[in-house]
Amino acid sequence: MRNEILYIILGMAVVTYLTRFGFIYLFRYIKAPDKLERWLKHVPTSILTAMIVPALLLPAGHLDLSFDNRYLFAGIVAGLVAWKTGNIFITMFSGMVIMLAYIFQPLA
Amino acid sequence: MDAVKSLSSMEDGRKNTAMLWRAVRDTIPIMFGVVPFGITCGIMGLTAGLSSLETVFMSVLVFAGASQFIAIDMLGAGIMGWWVIVLTTLLVNLRHLLMGASLAPHVNKLPLTMQGALAFGLVDESYALTANQIHREGYSAYYQTGVQISLYIIWAFSTLAGTVLGEKISNPLEWGLDFAMPATFLVLLMPRLTDRISLYVCIISAIFAVLGALYLPGKWYIIIACIAATIAGGFLERGDQGEE
Repeated sequence: MRNEILYIILGMAVVTYLTRFGFIYLFRYIKAPDKLERWLKHVPTSILTAMIVPALLLPAGHLDLSFDNRYLFAGIVAGLVAWKTGNIFITMFSGMVIMLAYIFQPLA
Repeated sequence: MDAVKSLSSMEDGRKNTAMLWRAVRDTIPIMFGVVPFGITCGIMGLTAGLSSLETVFMSVLVFAGASQFIAIDMLGAGIMGWWVIVLTTLLVNLRHLLMGASLAPHVNKLPLTMQGALAFGLVDESYALTANQIHREGYSAYYQTGVQISLYIIWAFSTLAGTVLGEKISNPLEWGLDFAMPATFLVLLMPRLTDRISLYVCIISAIFAVLGALYLPGKWYIIIACIAATIAGGFLERGDQGEE
């Protein structure tokens, strides 16, 4: 392994770890204000939404609201299935069927 | 007394093992999303001129998909500056601060070494599953451990697989498997949208995430959306309490 690559990887590992441990460590010694929890409880919903929506609306980096956007169509269907069933395998299967239908176009 | 105690600790042990396996089971669907990314990471590493060892070593030590892709991309483009790559990595991974803050009240009672070990495996997917478990039944360190160890092994080995397969397979992400991740997150998100405030939080986060993805570099859209929607959620809740 080249030294300069090793140092880069070590640097990346250290800063990444700091982002993961930072607040956990801090709140161990500083009592987080009670009010903070009122905010923090919304973090999961916010983060999940923020990870899903751009992946569906901007799969190629630009906003694509057309029917050609297979991620959007698959996402809408998977969203409905997730809402109705709550089952990950059925949700993924329904989304993947649409993704593959777009890729291989058996109906075209 | 001792017999009762040891019996209850045996009961605890069984519960903990069950929780660990449950975590592994919950991680299986996410594998569909992680494996193609890991394989792509391995292939990209070789394409960028890294050795197999260097590519896998990065996955084992850094364990942060998006920032690894960006770093590999920079290395491939001939950017070897330590500060540039490490700072970019820091910025891309800043979102973990928010995840850590959100888990902090739940892991507060754990010993420092345990917290330190769990923090290493705090990635988007393990955070999503752990937060879901908190929402469902409450926090379990065994659950988080199970999820994180599974994801870590999958990530390391799929990167290795990518470097072994090399360019024998075409881009695995073209098979539509990159939809597995949003699909998993959708199943985790939907049960949360049961009250008015959560729905608003979701909508605000969606708007800011799209705007951020359009106009901000890297993963900043997640940070901006999370901060905006979380603050809005807190204020909405205070408004509700004020009305009572």
